[in-house]
Amino acid sequence: MTKEHANWSPYDNNGGTCVAIAGADYCVIAADTRMSTGYSILTRDYSKICKLADKSFMASSGFQADVKALQKVLSSRHLIYQHQHNKQMSCPAMAQLLSNTLYYKRFFPYYAFNVLGGLDSEGKGCVFTYDAVGSYERVGYSAQGSGATLITPFLDNQLKSPSPLLLPAKDAVTPLSEAEAVDLVKTCFASATERDIYTGDSVEIIILNANGVRHESEQLRKD
Amino acid sequence: MNRVKYRISWFIVVQEITSSNTVVRTFFLLNQRVNDLVDISQLKGFRFEFSLSVEIMKLDFSGLESSAPLYGGSNELLSDGFSAAPSFDLPVTSDFDGFQKNSIQMVKPAKGTTTLAFIFKEGVMVAADSRASMGGYISSQSVKKIIEINPYMLGTMAGGAADCQFWHRNLGIKCRLHELANKRRISVTGASKLLANILYSYRGMGLSVGTMIAGWDEKGPGLYYVDSEGGRLKGTKFSVGSGSPYAYGVLDSGYKYDLTVDEAAELARRAIYHATFRDGASGGVASVYHVGPNGWTKLSGDDVGELHYSYYPVEPAIVEQEMTEAVVA
Repeated sequence: MTKEHANWSPYDNNGGTCVAIAGADYCVIAADTRMSTGYSILTRDYSKICKLADKSFMASSGFQADVKALQKVLSSRHLIYQHQHNKQMSCPAMAQLLSNTLYYKRFFPYYAFNVLGGLDSEGKGCVFTYDAVGSYERVGYSAQGSGATLITPFLDNQLKSPSPLLLPAKDAVTPLSEAEAVDLVKTCFASATERDIYTGDSVEIIILNANGVRHESEQLRKD
Repeated sequence: MNRVKYRISWFIVVQEITSSNTVVRTFFLLNQRVNDLVDISQLKGFRFEFSLSVEIMKLDFSGLESSAPLYGGSNELLSDGFSAAPSFDLPVTSDFDGFQKNSIQMVKPAKGTTTLAFIFKEGVMVAADSRASMGGYISSQSVKKIIEINPYMLGTMAGGAADCQFWHRNLGIKCRLHELANKRRISVTGASKLLANILYSYRGMGLSVGTMIAGWDEKGPGLYYVDSEGGRLKGTKFSVGSGSPYAYGVLDSGYKYDLTVDEAAELARRAIYHATFRDGASGGVASVYHVGPNGWTKLSGDDVGELHYSYYPVEPAIVEQEMTEAVVA
């Protein structure tokens, strides 16, 4: 007697790509704005980036319903933290919180591939990259989502920073200037759009530095 | 009737004899100090009375209790329970294993590795690579697989990266709580037991953890292997991960108890290098740590690509004939 398997899955993949690059005194977080399901486009201007704290932005691709729930959980935890400690959460602290939040759903995971970008307490850029169940590490740059396999080799070539595990320790952040990094991100998305059907429409870019937050938007191919 | 008093420390044997039947009730209490005074009358098949008073220490089974609720529990994120294991939301499905298999295939958590550790005269040497792979894709070349639980204890990561990171951090919290509660450091034996009990309670739910706990406590260097099946082994030499067969080959052939710290570090580094050379799921940076009486120190972190050329430098080929430019008429 064959078991009838469920035709309904609680998950769906809405596609999309997210990238973050850490610099000496800035951080660039970017995500495309296309939301798809199967071969259809649901919308062309959906923001995948969420501001969690003054100095922490999270960009997530995957199943956007889970992403929305995750953003809500983190935002409310941050609010509670602010009430209890009378200050904003630092980016490394938010990174740990995100990791634990993801792991608490270890047996029913959030289908979300996250990249957290921000400035640490010294003002240096920091990027944290995650898998779906919460394993994370601090890196100099990262890409997640459907176009990640196309973008990461390009970033490895342009930005390859020495591993933080080497002894004597070397800095992982890129020596590029802010303008160069933003340009690099636009190039990444333009290339990924050419070869990934789930990436396109436009890219939303957030630049964080000591002066505050800046938004930029760049149109991509809509086909 | 004779009354004989016995003091038994490891187990109580109580014999109750009624008429012609002999009923033996045996209580075995392992690993517990039992103070008792037992009056046992001489056994002659007669009915007689005896009295028994026993003080038993309460066995603490909290580590073995399954902490996962059957149905989605209340949101534990807002409460501050560190000493109890966290409760997890579970999917409402009749086919839990199928769901886990599909979701793990879909989310493809990062894994694959080579880690090793061995005890020698000067302490414990711990080494690991730094590659994380998601299926066939290398998701990272710079994963920290040697986790610093506290200044004198290290844990290695093999299997699911998130599982290892989370439970090692949880173990670090428990070790700190132990220190605060008992005013002394936890032993390596105790720490590994804490972790093993937690993993045992999640047995069968799909966690993937193959870890070694290495440390230096009052009894000297200690090394335990703990895995997500609930296994816990004490030993002097272990290697865990997809590259472990290759690491064992190098480690076994070069191991001696009387190595110096430098020699042992070189052996560990070489073993990791050879594993990364032959195993596709291992690579990146070979990190080597030493745990001594004063805690651990990181000895080296070398890119294995560069190690290859330092061990096997490219020799210029002996050229026997050289082509020269053809003379154009």
